[in-house]
Amino acid sequence: MRAAVVTFPGSNCDRDLAVAFEAAGFAVDRVWHKVTELPSGVDIVGLPGGFSHGDYLRCGAIAARAPIMKSVAEFAQSGGHVLGICNGFQVLLETGLLPGALMRNAGLKFLCKPVTLKVENADSAFTSEYAVGNETIFPIAHHDGNFTADAATLDQLEAEGRVAFRYAENPNGSARDIAGILSENRRVLGLMPHPERAIDPVTGNTDGAAMFKALSVSLVAA
Amino acid sequence: MKATVTVMLKQGVLDPQGEAVRHALGTLGFEGVDGVRQGKVIELDLAEGTSEADVTSMCEKLLVNTVIESYRVEMG
Repeated sequence: MRAAVVTFPGSNCDRDLAVAFEAAGFAVDRVWHKVTELPSGVDIVGLPGGFSHGDYLRCGAIAARAPIMKSVAEFAQSGGHVLGICNGFQVLLETGLLPGALMRNAGLKFLCKPVTLKVENADSAFTSEYAVGNETIFPIAHHDGNFTADAATLDQLEAEGRVAFRYAENPNGSARDIAGILSENRRVLGLMPHPERAIDPVTGNTDGAAMFKALSVSLVAA
Repeated sequence: MKATVTVMLKQGVLDPQGEAVRHALGTLGFEGVDGVRQGKVIELDLAEGTSEADVTSMCEKLLVNTVIESYRVEMG
């Protein structure tokens, strides 16, 4: 199993994401954003958290147009798995691989704390080790996590079971408490909370490890 | 030549920053400010002959997130 973790200028969770994949048994290729092709044989691409390009223009906007992203989009469109966390989620929205947008938190504050999430979909390679209705705790660390989409898009996400996680207590004003969403084929997940920061007992919480375990189980079988 | 792109959040999209500015104006004693919308202005220095269609394409491909933002282009 191979994972590629992309680093943009200003990414700061790329190492954590690589460690999380490695802990679940993946070999990890670290990929610089200026590279134009993903390494061959990659099973999943991770887009990490951080502040790519200093959040200039809009969060994730410039990273979404980076040379590597054409290859990432083709990978996703041909059925590859992509995990975008925090800034990575913002990048996925800016590329159009997932619908909607992330705006400034409703309370205008940068939020950095553990939050309780409700699992809404356990039928994806990312979430199969969780159970629908269960609660899990991941840290958040963002200023622009207020998920927005038009009502028709939100209805469609709900009807198709593509809301992966909801906040138990909405911290940022996100529409319908949405914390993470899946693509139509359930192979692209974008979420604001950080599962990769919750994999090691030394940081006090291992709820995120199940996501990487689920991926290792699903992708080894694929 | 120059072009100016004005980017605003679409009507109906809540603007938390504009709302904070509105509150602050009220705190300063400015009465009757019923709403504030905050956007951005992007000035482009362009080669002669660049068309408005080119600038529109720049807006659609990078400068504007049309999911939440609207824009206006002024040439010259």
